[in-house]
Amino acid sequence: MSIPAFGDSLIIYLIIAAMLFGIGFYGLVHRRTLIGMLIAGELILAGASINFMAFNRFLAPDPTVGQVFTLFIMGIAAAEAAIALSIIIAVYRNFRSIDAEDVAELKG
Amino acid sequence: MVPLFSAEGLSSLVFIFIVMTTVLGAVIATHSERLTRAVTGLAICFIGVAGIYYYLNSPFVALMEMLIYVGAVCVTIVFAVMLADPNPESEAGKGSIFAGPLSFALGILLFWGLSALAGKTAWVPPSARVNDGSLEEVGRSLLTNYSMAFELISIVLLLAIIGALVLARQGRTRTGGES
Repeated sequence: MSIPAFGDSLIIYLIIAAMLFGIGFYGLVHRRTLIGMLIAGELILAGASINFMAFNRFLAPDPTVGQVFTLFIMGIAAAEAAIALSIIIAVYRNFRSIDAEDVAELKG
Repeated sequence: MVPLFSAEGLSSLVFIFIVMTTVLGAVIATHSERLTRAVTGLAICFIGVAGIYYYLNSPFVALMEMLIYVGAVCVTIVFAVMLADPNPESEAGKGSIFAGPLSFALGILLFWGLSALAGKTAWVPPSARVNDGSLEEVGRSLLTNYSMAFELISIVLLLAIIGALVLARQGRTRTGGES
């Protein structure tokens, strides 16, 4: 019995990253609560990070660049999650709902 | 192709398992009705992503993924779910035209397009590596080449903490027990 060596080809990682990006985009459009949208956004960021790490492993002449970039993406994502969640809590205080369609005060 | 019962074959099997974990977690995170289950799916997905980073020769980034995403971001989202107390999403009713099959089609289209693009491009491997990408080298480049970005991201994190505190505190002092 034999099995292809999946972990050694760039295209596999790119396809995984594309799949995470597609699922995250689908969730971002499909979800109706703000927290669900935030979760889908984290999936999109994970897809982008996997892309960077795959290129770092297979194509980059300096194999630290992708790791540094992924660490920065993690830091930005943590800051973004903290800010977005406090905004969501403030929205919930004012509107008693976190449904994206209920937060429509400016709609005429 | 490698034989199944060798080190490479077994690591390939584990890789398939990790990828399935990632995709399954992502599907749970986007599809479950209750937000707590969605956060759990997100944590499962990030554990799988950490395994993928391990296969990409960087155990440090895998560790950071577990620490920051699974340990911090998911727990923060759980706290927000607890504080905001959302009802389970009712799928029927007021949904835009994007909410149904159109969003699914858009996701499939993006996935297919990106995969086709990745498959058709002729990637050129590097002729030489300047270092081995170990943790020592990552630390050295963080503190030499990328020290400016390193300092900037610490300022961004500090501002994010202060901003989150200000935003989440505001309603509490102003309105008190308004309901």
